[in-house]
Amino acid sequence: MIRFKARENVPRWLNYVVPLASVAVAIVVAGIVLAATSHNPFATYKNIVQASLTQPGAFSQTLVTMTPLMFTGLAAAVAFRMRLWNIGGEGQLYMGAVGASGAGLYFHSLPAPLLILVMMAAGVAAGTLWASIPGALRAFFNTNEILTTLMLNYVAANFMYYLIFDSNSYWRDLTSPSARVFPQGKSLPADASWPALQLGSVTIPFGLIIAIGLAVLLWGMIRATRYGFEMRVLADSPAVGKYAGIRTRRKILSLMAISGGIAGFAGASQVGDFSHTLDPRGLEQAGYGYIGIVVAALARYNPVAVVVTSFFIGMLVNAGFALQGPGFPIGLTGTMEGILLFCVLGAEIFTRYRLVFRRQQAISRTPVSPPSPAPAAVGPAAPPGEVS
Amino acid sequence: MMAGQPAVPTRGSPAPAGQATPAVAARGITKRFPGVVANDKVTFEVLPGEIHALLGENGAGKTTLCNVLTGLYRPDEGYVEMAGGPCRFRSPRDAHEAGIAMVHQHFRLVQPLTVAENVVLGWSRRRAMWFSPRRVEREVAAIAEKFGMHIDPAAKIWQLSVGEQQRVEILKALYRGAKILILDEPTTVLTPQEVQQLFTALRDMAADGTSVVFISHKLPEVLAVSDRVTVLQKGKTIGTVRTADADARSLAHMMVGRDIVLARREATPAARVGEVVLALDGVGAMGDLGAPALTGVSLQVRAGEILGVAGVAGNGQRELAEVIAGERPRTAGTVTIAGRPQRGTPWEAIGAGLGYVPEERLGVGIAPGMTIADNLMLKSYRENGHGPILHTKQAMATAAEAIERFDIVARGPKTIAHELSGGNIQRLLLARELSGHPKVLIAASPTRGLDVAATDSVRRLLAASAESGLGILLISEDLDEILDLSDRIAVMYRGQVVDVLGRDRADRDRIGLMMAGVAS
Repeated sequence: MIRFKARENVPRWLNYVVPLASVAVAIVVAGIVLAATSHNPFATYKNIVQASLTQPGAFSQTLVTMTPLMFTGLAAAVAFRMRLWNIGGEGQLYMGAVGASGAGLYFHSLPAPLLILVMMAAGVAAGTLWASIPGALRAFFNTNEILTTLMLNYVAANFMYYLIFDSNSYWRDLTSPSARVFPQGKSLPADASWPALQLGSVTIPFGLIIAIGLAVLLWGMIRATRYGFEMRVLADSPAVGKYAGIRTRRKILSLMAISGGIAGFAGASQVGDFSHTLDPRGLEQAGYGYIGIVVAALARYNPVAVVVTSFFIGMLVNAGFALQGPGFPIGLTGTMEGILLFCVLGAEIFTRYRLVFRRQQAISRTPVSPPSPAPAAVGPAAPPGEVS
Repeated sequence: MMAGQPAVPTRGSPAPAGQATPAVAARGITKRFPGVVANDKVTFEVLPGEIHALLGENGAGKTTLCNVLTGLYRPDEGYVEMAGGPCRFRSPRDAHEAGIAMVHQHFRLVQPLTVAENVVLGWSRRRAMWFSPRRVEREVAAIAEKFGMHIDPAAKIWQLSVGEQQRVEILKALYRGAKILILDEPTTVLTPQEVQQLFTALRDMAADGTSVVFISHKLPEVLAVSDRVTVLQKGKTIGTVRTADADARSLAHMMVGRDIVLARREATPAARVGEVVLALDGVGAMGDLGAPALTGVSLQVRAGEILGVAGVAGNGQRELAEVIAGERPRTAGTVTIAGRPQRGTPWEAIGAGLGYVPEERLGVGIAPGMTIADNLMLKSYRENGHGPILHTKQAMATAAEAIERFDIVARGPKTIAHELSGGNIQRLLLARELSGHPKVLIAASPTRGLDVAATDSVRRLLAASAESGLGILLISEDLDEILDLSDRIAVMYRGQVVDVLGRDRADRDRIGLMMAGVAS
């Protein structure tokens, strides 16, 4: 008989070994799926490593992909940590991109450092405001934030499309005839491009550096600050939070704002680091906000772990592009990601329980000898234990 | 503790111990949970038609044993025997079909359904297709009549008092043909008068051939109702005795291994009672379902005194505590804590100097998934450390000190709260509330579910705190506790304070009638 037994205490090493082992299991399982669909798993994995790490420029490209994922992953992780289910990172990212590109265009005459700061601020502000709508609804009317944040993603997407495709807005490039036929956003001035760090052949996006700093900051915030303490209390039990006099409403509002601001920064970074224009199609197809939820879940809502998981998912996303082709449907890369997620999240049970193997015990039909009557500890005052 | 207990004649013991085949027996049951052996080779027999009390402190393994008997847990070792043969229950349903039913402390009833519907709910022998409400109602009424348990089978559960709901649970078991009825601490939710009615009904059932297992840690009740008593201590069977051969002293000794006298205190002399630290004037509030739970409640607690609030569970005591703590909105009246009028928020009440030991410890007063250190700074974290950063080392040191001072049994400050036993959780809660130097303390059912030793330590702590000038509002369903500790006693019935009696005017029968809404 195989049974799960709750662990009395979880050894520290288990928290590292289990996720790593589960990734190994995922690789094996995905390999079986690949073999079953007549792909050579070894060649495929080799391709993945090449396309995401070893090929010229591949590593830099993975860093590019992981940058927005890290932001949206952090945005989700920090909210989820307090059981605030903000799955609107996608829409908040769009709004951040709208805000940052608008600021970059409007303040084009500012000197570069100032312009970049303004873009960041505008992106964060836009994401914050967008997330504050469901935040306020949750805080004051107890509306389910899962639904409101999700729905606002579609609103944000439509708004972004409207700015470029369905209006002559400030964001839209109307200078050339071709741009009138094929709508696109205005290009930002060169000063609005965020600086990248060049280390040998590797390009590190500016946003990535900020994201790593932010991850450490958020980790410290949850662990060691008064705000983080309140978050942890509310995550553990909202009733305890109320009892302890924590102002729950403020906490929900502010945490939604923080989460939205981080996702908004992702949008700003997309504009400033990479696209240098508002590109609705590119942003929507990438779906960074949704993948960020996966990143956060894999990291178990730990901001520092998000750094690792976003790199990992970034690799897979990149490799997915490289693998896709006539012989390799996109669904297969999705399946592989799904297997990974399933294994890593499913393996969590092994940190809390251990498997016990043992034989079914036979019922003893021989009478069990009665326990000795009244042990000495009871003392002489106790009546003799009578066992009939 | 026994003084003033309603006089219930002790039942003679007709059960011929030793000859008859037990209706159900536990043979060498061992059940382990992570870190504890809840039952250690427990042996226990119940004869047909006897009332068998299972006595022991909380944590002695009574409930675990009954969960094994009812098929909820499978024993690690040993087996359950019925009618002389071993049997293996794979699920509660198996036990049910074998005729074992349990009335849990927390009722398993569906509120919007009627009594009759609850009685047949989930019962496989009568399919929903054939369900005839009127017939079931008739049958339920007949059983109720037989055992003198008055109940309207067509009433909805939410319309019933807690005592009535308990009757529904018992009827449910009997209707389904239970031959063995297990009651887990059935008297905690009843008035003294309702307890008597329950005992009468249980005796009738026993006379009818049903075996009753009565789980309790209250000696007077065990002595009053049972034929035999099996005492458990720390998961082990200490022994089984005939009730007729036992008395409170000998049972207490078997239960805890030493003589016990629970702490009580004398009323604080009038001269030593200080200024008013908690004042309620005409307070009203709604219950969870939107019906008025409190109306026109006016109370005053002075420094150095204990005001006891007596009443049957569900008459507004929980709401009263929550209104004072600022957790429940007030619809009328004023609350003043230590001279500061309250608008009605928890942080205001805490700031004014309110300590609060809520009825629900784990999940309201203590964050179950957080450490002892975290839980201890649940209210002081605002003052801890510099700027926004918490001072973790200081918190650890404070926690280690509190563990020492309040005798909390734990591995250390980093132990997660839900790993602690009930008594240690309560000591942790009191440690935090008292070390915040409150001016008023609300203690809601502070000893419920605690073992004798823990109850005693909590009572002593409350008495000592009152001695040192704290004003305490003691809300409890345990009338003995109220009578032992309070200076004055307020009796609540249906959200109103019926009367406030000085200790000298308080006698058990009078309070019992007031609790039932009969006298004022």
